[in-house]
Amino acid sequence: MKFPIYMDNHSTTPMDPRVLEAMLPYFIEKFGNAASRNHQFGWEAEEAVENARKQIARLIHCDAKEIVFTSGATESDNLALKGVVEMYKEKGDHIITCTTEHRAILDTCKSLEKRGIKVTYLPVEKDGRVNPGEVRKAITDKTILISIMLANNEIGTIHPIAEIGKIAKEKGILLHCDATQGVGKIPVDVEALKVDLMSFTSHKIYGPKGVGALYVRKKGPRVRLVPQIDGGGHERGMRSGTLPVPLIIGFGKACELCEQEMPVESKRIAAMRDRLQAQIMKDLDESYLNGHPTERLPHNLNISFAYVEGEALLMGVKEVALSSGSACTSATLEPSYVLRALGVGSDLAHSSIRFGLGRFTTDEEVDYTGKRMVEAVKRLREMSPLYEMAKEGIDLKSVQWAVH
Amino acid sequence: MAYSEKVIDHYNNPRNMGSLPKDDKQVGTGIVGAPECGDVMKLQIKVENDVIVDAKFKTFGCGSAIASSSLATEWLKGRTVDEAYKIKNTDIVQELNLPPVKIHCSVLAEDAIKSALEDYKKKAAEAK
Repeated sequence: MKFPIYMDNHSTTPMDPRVLEAMLPYFIEKFGNAASRNHQFGWEAEEAVENARKQIARLIHCDAKEIVFTSGATESDNLALKGVVEMYKEKGDHIITCTTEHRAILDTCKSLEKRGIKVTYLPVEKDGRVNPGEVRKAITDKTILISIMLANNEIGTIHPIAEIGKIAKEKGILLHCDATQGVGKIPVDVEALKVDLMSFTSHKIYGPKGVGALYVRKKGPRVRLVPQIDGGGHERGMRSGTLPVPLIIGFGKACELCEQEMPVESKRIAAMRDRLQAQIMKDLDESYLNGHPTERLPHNLNISFAYVEGEALLMGVKEVALSSGSACTSATLEPSYVLRALGVGSDLAHSSIRFGLGRFTTDEEVDYTGKRMVEAVKRLREMSPLYEMAKEGIDLKSVQWAVH
Repeated sequence: MAYSEKVIDHYNNPRNMGSLPKDDKQVGTGIVGAPECGDVMKLQIKVENDVIVDAKFKTFGCGSAIASSSLATEWLKGRTVDEAYKIKNTDIVQELNLPPVKIHCSVLAEDAIKSALEDYKKKAAEAK
């Protein structure tokens, strides 16, 4: 086994060597600008880009022309929200989203609110899902866009997008979906989901960092956007800038591999994830699964361990790369807003660990991680005054804590 | 974020981790922090003839919080009650090389020391 073990695949994934191999010729040998119309170098680059566009389109069942390349999902989210708001401002000024969205959506909404746009942040249910009925209720005659993620980046919970899509269609409102965590991991079909715009990125699916895409529906309805980057009019005028050809080739190859391998890969990863979950929860009382137990990404596992703090836990298993919802690991010094939105108490939000398995995770690594987690939690519980108090039968909720 | 070697050492080899009988008249107990904030420290001292002869801690919190309380117990042992009041959070920050975002851990440790000392003094006064 090689250390450290990488168990943080929601954050990013290593590149698949087959992706790198596909990219290599496009750095030195075939370096052309895909927008150069007058020579072999440009044609060659353009052809390769168009082939990648098809590979990407195939993975989400759309037309290649509906793919707009961006620098990543954050830019795609910004382009979708700001582009729609600016384009359709005559129609209305209201957006619906939810509280557990990624910062790329929430912060973009905050920025739009400063421009006078009204935003409804829908709550989620205990299992992390948005209730489509709540979406319907939030719609007004001023609503121009609904933006709900496909699957959450912390808890892996999959939202009922197809149901929300049906409501959006019926009401004639555009639906954007941040599918960054879902694409390549679960089957995604833009027709079945009835989404009009969809963000996703290459580096979460074993492709290179620095390239992403926004799916923009061309028919029924034809979605229009005000570009956020002006320039040479690339990408049907929606996103100017010279295309990063090698990254796009890598992105395309990564999508092709996901499409081919997903049926087998997702089962294999889900089985490892289930084993990890069983191993940890069997040996540790008061460990709680966060998010939906079944409507969940195959590679995600998020557990709160009562009475121990997440960052201390990460320190105890530092040979495994993991992530925690603890405030101590966040820039804001607040515990995970996603877990808080589910109604998880601050104490348990501080105690959460996210496991993100991936294509290159092995059985051996999973077993090792499970074993070490159990050891670390037990050790820290011995050190925890809260565990001691709980064992003495003190109800921690009844204690008057000096909140600092 | 990288931890200082001293923080890692206290985390891996906590000094004086455990509990003293809290009903003992010679024992002062301080519990500070809150679970919602992600850190709770319990610090206990045992005093004989005005000298702290033993100190124990239990901490729910990050590595720096564990290290701060572990260090505090080390420093408390052998001091008189008055000397113990002189331990300042800034001393802990310096010793453990805590980054600015972890200063609150040292503040909590100082609070825990004060709280344990007050508890002891209260008990001692009641016993007279």
